[in-house]
Amino acid sequence: MSLQIADKTFQSRLFTGTGKFSSASLMEESILASGSELVTVALKRVSLTEKEDDILSYLQHDCINLLPNTSGVRNAKEAIFAAQVAREALETNWLKLEIHPDPKYLMPDPIETLKAAEELVKLGFVVLPYIHADPVLCKRLEEVGVAAVMPLGSPIGSNKGLKTIDFLEIIIEQSRVPVVVDAGIGAPSDAAKAMELGADAVLVNTAIAVSENPVQMGLAFKYAVEAGRMAYEAKLAPMQQQAVSSSPLTTFLN
Amino acid sequence: MDFYQVFQQYTWDEIRESIYQKTPQDVIRALQKSGKRDLEDFKALISPAATGFLEEMAQLSHRLTQKRFGKTIQMYVPLYLSNECQNICTYCGFSFDNKIRRKTLTEEEILQEVAVLKHMGYEHVLLVTGEANQTVGVPYLQKVIRLIKPYFSQISIEIQPLDQDEYEILVAEGVHAVLVYQETYHEEDYKKHHPKGKKSNFQYRIQTPDRLGKAGIHKMGLGVLIGLEDWRVDCFFTALHLRYLEKRYWQSTYSISFPRLRPFSGGLEPKVEMSDKELVQLICAYRIFDEEVELSISTRENEIFRDNIIKLGITSMSAGSKTNPGGYVVEPESLEQFEISDERSPQAIASVIQAQGYEAVWKNWDRLLQ
Repeated sequence: MSLQIADKTFQSRLFTGTGKFSSASLMEESILASGSELVTVALKRVSLTEKEDDILSYLQHDCINLLPNTSGVRNAKEAIFAAQVAREALETNWLKLEIHPDPKYLMPDPIETLKAAEELVKLGFVVLPYIHADPVLCKRLEEVGVAAVMPLGSPIGSNKGLKTIDFLEIIIEQSRVPVVVDAGIGAPSDAAKAMELGADAVLVNTAIAVSENPVQMGLAFKYAVEAGRMAYEAKLAPMQQQAVSSSPLTTFLN
Repeated sequence: MDFYQVFQQYTWDEIRESIYQKTPQDVIRALQKSGKRDLEDFKALISPAATGFLEEMAQLSHRLTQKRFGKTIQMYVPLYLSNECQNICTYCGFSFDNKIRRKTLTEEEILQEVAVLKHMGYEHVLLVTGEANQTVGVPYLQKVIRLIKPYFSQISIEIQPLDQDEYEILVAEGVHAVLVYQETYHEEDYKKHHPKGKKSNFQYRIQTPDRLGKAGIHKMGLGVLIGLEDWRVDCFFTALHLRYLEKRYWQSTYSISFPRLRPFSGGLEPKVEMSDKELVQLICAYRIFDEEVELSISTRENEIFRDNIIKLGITSMSAGSKTNPGGYVVEPESLEQFEISDERSPQAIASVIQAQGYEAVWKNWDRLLQ
């Protein structure tokens, strides 16, 4: 059941975010309830000078690994610089690479992402790029050495679910690195669906943080991800498009 | 084509008439729409016909804002550097014809003020000046930004409009956002409110966001001064401007403010009063029209209003603000731009935000990303 990415083994296949919560303590409680072992933090939210009362102090648990992200950068150059700052500040070479020059829909820039990923891998980072559900881009990123790919299910923060499902299926089929469905997962059923398709993990933030009860929602996602993974491993029974015909066409051959 | 040319395709009176002709059915259609709302929907939402739908609008605005911004409110604070100004503006305390002693902070004084803001907990600061190119031009601002950059995660400015190359200089120095309010889109009355000084050039001001977009600014702030003209028409033009800019300068973030005219020493009374109900209507209309735009509320508004607006669609708030140069410690009695209404401390406001089930966010940017 466990998932291996680079040098780390995860028991939980639910990755979470840290934004949009009504308080840092509620964020902490929700993440703990979700069982998530990989938690992404925006470098821009972290206080690099004063340590007290910082978002990081709520994430200091043995079970939680930090995944700094480059949210806010607009090109490869800025991303590489931010990654180096993050590595020093958060003391990890893991990085969620996100480059969205479009602040309205936060759409990832595929060209800059590929450029930055190649450079960051050379610099020794464990790179998890946030990208469109583009199967060719995933292969290109794989070739430059990323540790996993993180295609979006639908626009980030939209809670619209797996709008890119047809492309996610191709990515999952083709990928030689873990596939983490990131962005747009709005309900535990979306997460379960992604896992049933064979995604290696999902990343969820808004759906937990903005729920009326984030702690309970964190737990709901934990169960959904586990159920989806179990179903994938158990192999789903094939879906029948129509009833088996009662007037077979080939009996004359018998 | 720049926005001034787009703007010239519209007339004030026709827009006004079409807003006032909107019906409750138009409002319902705008509210029930599943996709993006357009400018006609926005007109319906700000129209008198929408006043009966305020609760529905508030609920929708609340949900859309939480989805995008979460349960958070960004905190920022203004730092007034100077009240010197060569412009005459009928509504502003810094107006050239207001015969009061002027003050521009020295570097030493700025650092004293900064120390107070840091003690309050601020990471995002808004620098404000009047328009006095000899004393507070681009070289002065460059100096100030270099001076204060080590202390803040994000620096915004609210100063006179500049040329594109001047903005490029300030962006390179580390300015994240520029706020330039149009004051009013009523071209004839704009000239009455700005009879003297560079600010009297309506066309240069309305083209400012285009220059900012070309200079690659991260964020720009739009808005009108509510009370000068019919706010509905002025806010329609703000929405038109926003949509125009979003399409062209797609790498920038946008914020909108809706300052209501406040009293100052020797100043003008609002020509058009806007009620609290109408301001709520406007905030919700902006949110329903544009799910991603940041909406900001200052200490111009009173305590009760600010406490209750937190959940309705705004995304950033100032607190503990002074609107005069040196107001925090250096020279508390200097000429202020306007009287603030909510005098509570930043910590008191953060507690209010928390009590509403939201988190006050102090830092959501890093100077290293600039």
